[in-house]
Amino acid sequence: MLKIDCPFCGPRDEAEFRCGGESHIQRPGPHNDVSDAQWADYLYMRQNPQGWHFERWLHAAGCRQWFNLARHTVTHEVRAIYAMTAPKPQVEAAEGRA
Amino acid sequence: MNQAFRSSQGGRIDRTRPLRFRFDGREYTGYAGDTLASALLANGVRVTGRSFKYHRPRGLMAAGFEEANTLVQLESGARTQPNLRATQIELYDGLEARAVNCWPSARHDVFGFFQLLKPLWPAGFYYKTFMAPSWHLYEPAIRHGAGLGVSPKLADPDVYDKRHDQADVIVVGAGPSGLAAAIAAAREGASVLLLDDKPALGGSLQYEPGLVEGLPAADWLRAREDEIRSLPNIRVLGSTTAFGYYDHNHLLANELLPAGGAGPRQRLWKIRGRQIVLATGALERPLVFPNNDRPGVMLAGAALQYLHRHGVLPGRRVAIATNNDSAYAVAFELRKAGVEVVQIADSRSGRPAPLAQAQVLGIPVALSCAPTDTRGRNGLQRVELHDVNVQGQARPGTGRWLDADVLLVSGGWNPTVHLFSQSGGALRFDDQQKAFVPHRLAQPGYLAGAAAGHAERESAVVAARAAGRDAAANRVIREMPAMDSTVQTALWSVNVEAIGRGPSKSWVDFASDSTESDLRLSARENFVSVEHFKRYTTTGMMTDQGKTSNVNAIGILSGVLGKAPGEVGTTRFRPPFNPVTFGAIAGRNVGTYYRPLRQLAAQAAHHAAGAKMEDYGAWLRPAFYPQAGETESATIHREVLSVRGGVGILDYSPLGKILVQGPDAAEFLTRVYVNNVRTLKVGGCRYGLMLGEDGIVKDDGVLTRWSENSYLVGTTSGQADRIVEWMEEWLQCEWVDLDVTVESVTTQWAVVMLAGPKAREVLSRLDSGIDLAAASFPHMSARDGRIGDVPVRVARVSFTGELGYEISVPWQYGLSLWSALLDAGKPLGIIPFGIESLMVMRTEKGFLHVGSDTDGLTLPQDVGFGAIIDKKPEDFIGRRSTMTPDGRRTDRRQLVGLAPVDGASLLPVGGHVVDAAFKAASGHTQGWVTSSFMSPTLGRPVALALVERGRERLGEPVQVFDGGKLLPARIVSMTAYDPEGERLRM
Repeated sequence: MLKIDCPFCGPRDEAEFRCGGESHIQRPGPHNDVSDAQWADYLYMRQNPQGWHFERWLHAAGCRQWFNLARHTVTHEVRAIYAMTAPKPQVEAAEGRA
Repeated sequence: MNQAFRSSQGGRIDRTRPLRFRFDGREYTGYAGDTLASALLANGVRVTGRSFKYHRPRGLMAAGFEEANTLVQLESGARTQPNLRATQIELYDGLEARAVNCWPSARHDVFGFFQLLKPLWPAGFYYKTFMAPSWHLYEPAIRHGAGLGVSPKLADPDVYDKRHDQADVIVVGAGPSGLAAAIAAAREGASVLLLDDKPALGGSLQYEPGLVEGLPAADWLRAREDEIRSLPNIRVLGSTTAFGYYDHNHLLANELLPAGGAGPRQRLWKIRGRQIVLATGALERPLVFPNNDRPGVMLAGAALQYLHRHGVLPGRRVAIATNNDSAYAVAFELRKAGVEVVQIADSRSGRPAPLAQAQVLGIPVALSCAPTDTRGRNGLQRVELHDVNVQGQARPGTGRWLDADVLLVSGGWNPTVHLFSQSGGALRFDDQQKAFVPHRLAQPGYLAGAAAGHAERESAVVAARAAGRDAAANRVIREMPAMDSTVQTALWSVNVEAIGRGPSKSWVDFASDSTESDLRLSARENFVSVEHFKRYTTTGMMTDQGKTSNVNAIGILSGVLGKAPGEVGTTRFRPPFNPVTFGAIAGRNVGTYYRPLRQLAAQAAHHAAGAKMEDYGAWLRPAFYPQAGETESATIHREVLSVRGGVGILDYSPLGKILVQGPDAAEFLTRVYVNNVRTLKVGGCRYGLMLGEDGIVKDDGVLTRWSENSYLVGTTSGQADRIVEWMEEWLQCEWVDLDVTVESVTTQWAVVMLAGPKAREVLSRLDSGIDLAAASFPHMSARDGRIGDVPVRVARVSFTGELGYEISVPWQYGLSLWSALLDAGKPLGIIPFGIESLMVMRTEKGFLHVGSDTDGLTLPQDVGFGAIIDKKPEDFIGRRSTMTPDGRRTDRRQLVGLAPVDGASLLPVGGHVVDAAFKAASGHTQGWVTSSFMSPTLGRPVALALVERGRERLGEPVQVFDGGKLLPARIVSMTAYDPEGERLRM
């Protein structure tokens, strides 16, 4: 079970959170200006890296706030917990543990 | 026989406290401090179990969690527990146990003849033999003959606890290295949690002789115990087995609490450690040779534990077979206790270090010598030895038989790396130690003692102390440091081919009953991966997960495949390290606490009215209110007619209610709903549909605008929490610029649905201050008022098709409101009605029920919302998905009504709709029935169905396929009752 450092409540067990999947996905719109391909890409296409993954989490059984984090999909190391509106941080530059 | 094998002195048992117990129906006596295993051994019980496949007699082979032979069914009735290892059960007075997998006892087992059938059961036998005509013919009998213990049939009367905890440093294992590490960490100021599966501290110090740092083991241990007592930052958990090591240093451990105690029986610990030090010791390997499974063949280290921990002698005449030095120490200790050691057979050719001492004690040692066979009915009597070469091959003409009642074996030691491996740590095969040792670490922690690969106690303790200090300082290492170790000689099996025999009775895994010949056969059948060998031969698949067998199997495969053991590799180590009872995993979440149901404010009134309560989502709700002797269908019939002809009330409190507020509330709801929200006026209600971003119908409900910037969103019962979370995800992750808050107020308002032509008259009798006249309070509007001091909100909406009001009061007044409406309606014949009757009425009226009439493919245009979407200019969640080529298909399934042609047959829900020409039960389905009831109002069945191009086929004949029968039906309007909606506008 992961230990996740909620930016509002502090470190808590994974059981209190819900993972919302890959973050930094821009919703295209309005509807009339979006092609089928663009829409399908937005709706279904997701990264599945062996390495750092930028994803959004909800502290569902806590403050009910969403935030982003970078998780390494092999080691489950969690790094760079950051606000929903913040850009993707650099984690590769830090000491890698792939 | 009264504890004939108890030593005259010694052991950590209390000889003043005899304990009576029963095993396989016979009564015995042991002492406090015994395990069931040591007490059986003390009483000379040699056959303690039967093997899994062949029902061969087996005896105790180990002293701890690696015991593979002696699994018992502990106690009977509700408290019975299957498949416990006798070596792990602390003896208590009155204990009762039976060997599993045999009948009537381990000694006299009627399935014992199975061993004669062994040639029928090779590796993968279920793919090979018992095939004609079908494996399934034999399977029940084979499963009955195999199998282990029996799960309890009665509910467990005991309570199990769970506890969450954390520490700076968790130390697993309280042997010399674990103690040293824990104390060192605590001295640095860290909070330390020290776990051990035994009730007392000390681990191997309790039975291994010799000095530690110049002190006798017992004295050194006493000093450490004093030290721990003086350190308030060390907590000790005894009888607690760490069984799972998960991500981010999350450790699961199970604590056994004293039997018969008042509190919980076991406690599951979920512990987070900043650092975890594993001092889990090492496990001894047995030797693989023909008939090595006879009762009386035991691990040498286990005999030492029985001798010094429990004061039990393993036998009278002991032979020892080994490939390393550790068994010599056992020989010397047994000799000191007065046991005759008739022979040490050492497979090595060089001069082992302890040889001189053996000679001094007069213990005969044969070098380059190994066991090749055993004899003895129900227990060892004779051992055959042969000279062996360096490859472990027996030399012809060198055989001799030896009388012995016990053969102690040692094939070397494996660091107990299970938890380390679970943590993601990588192992490497150490060619000097001939064992898999920890290599790269995946999580912050250290290994100490034998688990780290230390063979010498002195150096292990020094290193463990350093590990404890480093763990306290939260220093992270990635790789185990190199260490000097003694060079060991491998003896993965004794090869008897040269003397004209085979390995078909050379047991590798005692628990799963697999032999060296099974492994060799699999290799001949071209298996290559160690994971496949494991599954095909079942080696390592039993409840001990191959603790004594896996490495020997890998060693044997390495020879057969011509690969180094490190290249063969290990199978994956999985939690739990030791079996855990389901009760401990479930903890307190059993019975009504498994999934607590929400109760209505007026629950007492529903019970008093005789309601049939059912579980709807998270709520316990009245399904209907039967009168004495009334059937379910008769009750529903009566309730529907009473509402349609008069008035009824339904407890509607579970209705999902979400408060959406803020300057951008209208903008937000425009993006959430399919419908147009901007035109809704204050005090107005509107039915609305929500979609997922994939366009699929998600939920529906009535939206009420209570003020300029405040809306109450109604959702399906039980969905409010999910919808709130979904709305918040949009507000926090996508539309962060919108100034809106959402909050579930479902349980703040109790709601009563008042429905029927006399509803207004009933409501008017409660003085709410609201003008109820149809002109000032029309359908689809809402008003607020007061009944006395209590605020009340009334929405004029309808899900029954009749004049209806949904009346809300603060939750604590729910029962009062319910009673007040029943009283007010009494002269008008008011009745309470349940969900089932509501479902009949909404189907008569053709009102959509999301989840019944929609599925995971249903788009809004399929349920009649196409025109509304066309008129709405703005984007909303899921809109683009309704416009895809799939969404624009002209043959989509659409929701319509269906009527049976005979006017009487109930169309089955789920029955497939096919065209009128359809004959056989194959081919194209055009849809299916989604809701179907006998209508009390219309006196004929009504149904809704999703049917291809349904709306343009009104009036067309179709058939409904049901279990081989075809029912003629006709596509009709969804609305069977009051199509003009006159009754809503009364």
